[in-house]
Order: sequence, then structure tokens, then C-alpha cells
Amino acid sequence: MTAADRTHRSIEAVWRIESAKLIAALTRIVRDVGLAEDLAQDALLAALQQWPDAGVPDNPGAWLMATAKHRAIDLFRRNELLERKHQELGKSETVMPDWDASIDDHVGDDLLRLVFIACHPILPTESRVALTLRLLGGLTTEEIARAFLAPVATIQQRVVRAKKTLSAAGVPFELPPRNQLAERLASVLEVLYLIFNEGYAATAGDDWTRPALCEDALRLGRILAGLMLNEAEVHGLVALMEIQASRLGARVGPGGEAILLLDQDRSRWNQLLIRRGLRGLALAERLTNGVLGPYAMQAAIAACHGRARTAAETDWRRIASLYDALAIATPSPVIELNRAMAHAMAFGPAAGLALADALLVEKSLAGYHLLPSVRGDLLEKLGRVEEARAEFERAASLTRNAREREVLLARARR
Amino acid sequence: MKVMAFVKATAETEAGLPPVEEFSTMMEEMGKFNAEMIQAGILLDADGLKPSSAGARVIFSGDKRSVVDGPFAETKELVAGYWILQVRSLEEAVEWMKRCPNPTGADSVIELRPHYEAEDFGELAPAVQKQEAELNALAEKNKQQ
Repeated sequence: MTAADRTHRSIEAVWRIESAKLIAALTRIVRDVGLAEDLAQDALLAALQQWPDAGVPDNPGAWLMATAKHRAIDLFRRNELLERKHQELGKSETVMPDWDASIDDHVGDDLLRLVFIACHPILPTESRVALTLRLLGGLTTEEIARAFLAPVATIQQRVVRAKKTLSAAGVPFELPPRNQLAERLASVLEVLYLIFNEGYAATAGDDWTRPALCEDALRLGRILAGLMLNEAEVHGLVALMEIQASRLGARVGPGGEAILLLDQDRSRWNQLLIRRGLRGLALAERLTNGVLGPYAMQAAIAACHGRARTAAETDWRRIASLYDALAIATPSPVIELNRAMAHAMAFGPAAGLALADALLVEKSLAGYHLLPSVRGDLLEKLGRVEEARAEFERAASLTRNAREREVLLARARR
Repeated sequence: MKVMAFVKATAETEAGLPPVEEFSTMMEEMGKFNAEMIQAGILLDADGLKPSSAGARVIFSGDKRSVVDGPFAETKELVAGYWILQVRSLEEAVEWMKRCPNPTGADSVIELRPHYEAEDFGELAPAVQKQEAELNALAEKNKQQ
């Protein structure tokens, strides 16, 4: 690596560390997220021009803020901004922003406000995802595009439109009022978990940058948990992600095939992440006196697996009762199917089959290969081999994954 | 990626904990630094290690195993503490550790080393992609028949 490459990578690293705080502070000062990001990007450009020769400054955050501030003052002086703000705010008088306030005074509050803005419900979900990764994750448009296998131009437009929508709607740079907090927080958690799953669901053969998405979601989740220490569901979500991420190294076999949880080599489960997840879950439990929210419940299920040193040691009864509660809290056919499997493991195949059979009328599962796959498995365990065979063949016909089809057909032939 | 940062031992760290007044200032500053990394969502783990006088070595030679108790004389072979960071690049870990308060109270070295990750064992990936494509093509062919 050349010295120039190294400096460039250092600047990228500094951007990852500082950009969210910078944009958040600028947003508070200029009251417009789009303008704040433009100013921050101008500061980044200046860094890219000057730091290769001058070196990375001792306090890069302060340098970037000072640079952004100077640029903004220039713009204000040239009245471009005044015009724009006049039109947007409908004010007859323009208030000069408080440039002397440093980043550090308000960091936590500013970041939190930026999180809620980026995940605002008036934006379509995919825009919230892109905006969050850009403004809070410090990812470039190219990185986001690569992560979601989308064209760069698509992501660019998404971000531009999102900022326009927020501006036009006059979304204030404030924390949501108390009576809206739960709903707004749910939107944030949904975005983070979406990002995580985008990275988690990728299997071998796909772009190896996908696990980095899990890391980004985890990082943002941890930041949020630090800013909202009393919000149990935030800790629940982070705990869920930590424990799921602990399995990333065990999910793919030598031939690139996906390995089911119960078949994974548990020595490859990252114990550090499992411990962190268990601590986060314990915190969520303490905060709610054991009355878990949906994310904490999912984390508790993941924790049951995480705690089991072997598949045989899994506490299936606890998992089954957690799914019972989850099915009431956030009912969905997929959760019901998981509940059926958990009951089968805890109370025997007949119990599980009873629950799975109830899903046969569920229209949304009509094309879902896992329902016949689960039924096939349970029927086989009950000795009803002909019915089992039929179900495996049906499952094979429904899956689009060639490798999975082979596995199901092989089970049908047994 | 994960990066481990560790403090190289010095005569000071080998001497054990410094006097209380120095120590509490150091702990406070280090605590603030660790808190920043926690707030940034990147600190996975961190701990200080006791001097080598509290430790031991297991020596491997062929089939033979032997144990030697500390202290160990070659200070520069030793480690006094570590952090495990979750970052996008080594440079990101470097930028963080530049902000660390001096960890030993004298001239100090913090060494950073990336962990091996799953993708380092992924030379199979291109071969796997080819296999997947072939398998999918075969399956499509079978479906059409």
C-alpha cells in the first residue's frame, strides 16, 4: 500500500468515526438535514485535499466541524442560504446559526435526533435504510449500493428524494414527543433489523461484504442502546443481533452450503458475542421486570440456543413457551410455523404436527416450501412415511434454491 | 472485522499497579476513552493483564510439555492489556487507538493485529459460485423435462 493509499484509508476511517456526530451537530445548527450533509461532505472534500500533505490532525472531528462552519458562513454571506431558508421557514428575519457551539456539548441528543429523522415514518422503508446507513453509518453511496445489490444511481436518487421529503414536510429536529416515542422507536428498530437481516441472510457465493452489513447494524444498534439506556426493546434488539451474529462463522459449510442451526459446529460460535447478547437480554429483562417485548423475546429464543453447549442440551420447553408468547405479541404465520417446530422438539412430533396442520389453511404460506418441509419431517417421525414423502416432494417443488431442492428430494426418496 | 489492540509491557506495567493517586487519574481517563468506544458501538472487549509475575508459560517441544512460572525477563515479549475492536479497517482501529490516553505512564507501544475472519478461508468462494450456477442450471434443465 502506498503512503497515499494509507492516508486515504485513514481519512475514510476518520469519516466513519466522526461523520454521524458532525452531521448531527450541523443539522441542529442549520436545521436542515440535506444542508447539513452537504456541509459535512464539503469538509470531507477539504480533508481529502489537505490531509495527504498536512497529515491527519490531532482532533479530526474539530477540524471537520471548523471547516464545515467556515463553508457555511461563506454560503450565508453570499445569501444563497438566506434565500433558501427564507422560503423554507417563511421567516421574515433570518437567525444566524450558533456557530460557536462545539460538537461535544450536545453529541448524544443530536445523534438521537438524527436517528429518528433518518428513520422517519413518512419515508418509505428502503429510503430510511439508505439514509440511516449514509447519515449515521457513514457509508458511501457506492458501499450502500454494493451491500443491497442495487445500482448506485438508484441509491443516490433514494437519498436525494428522502432529504427533499423531510425538508418539504418540515420535519423538526426534535426528539419525538413522548406519546409518539414508541411508534417512532419501532420504526428505528425495524430499519436496524432490516439492515442486519440483509447481511445475515446472505450465504456463501454472495458478496463477502454482506457480513459487514451485520456489523454496521450491530454498531448502530449499540450506539442507540448507549443513547437510550432505559429502552428495553433497544437492548433486546441488540442482544438478538449479537447472538445471531455469533453464528456467522458457523453457518456455511466447506462446499458453500448453508448449515442449519442445529447442525452447526458450536465451537465456531463466537462466545464473546453470545456473552454480550446474554448481558443485553438480562438488562432488557430487568428493565421490564421480565415482561419482554417482541425483540427481547426473539433474543431470549436466540439465547436458549446460545447457552446450549450442544444441540441436545437445548431448552426446547423454554423456546416453545417463548414462541407461544411471541405468537400472541406479534402473530404471523412464519412465527406460528416456528412455534410448531419448537413444540415438536419440546413435546414430540404429534404436538408439533397439530400446530403445523392448523397452518394448512393459511393462504400466505401457500407457496412457502418450509411448511410442507416441516410437516414432512414430523410425519416421518410419526412413521407416516407415504404422507411424509408427498410433503417432501411438494416442498421440493416450491423451493427455488437448487441445493435445497436436492436435499428435499433426497429425503423423499429415503 | 475484528482488531485486537494490545499494550506492550514495560518496566512500569511489570511493576504492577502504580500508586493510588496516579492510578485513579489514569483509570478515569482510560475509562472515558473506553466509554467513547462503547458509545461508538465498536468496543467488544477490553481488560488489563496482571504482570508476568502472576502468570505462567506452557512450553511445547515435540511431545514434551513443560510449565514455567513468571516473572519473565524479556519485557518486550510481554503484553499488559488488550482491547478487541469491531471496525471496518485496520486504519479505523489505528485512528481510535491514537486517542487512547498513554497506557503505561512512560513511552508506550500499542500493537494492533486484525483477527482472521471467515472470508480469509474463502478461497472456495469463486469455485462455490461456479458450482451453484451449474447446480441451478441442472435443476432448471430437469424441471423443463
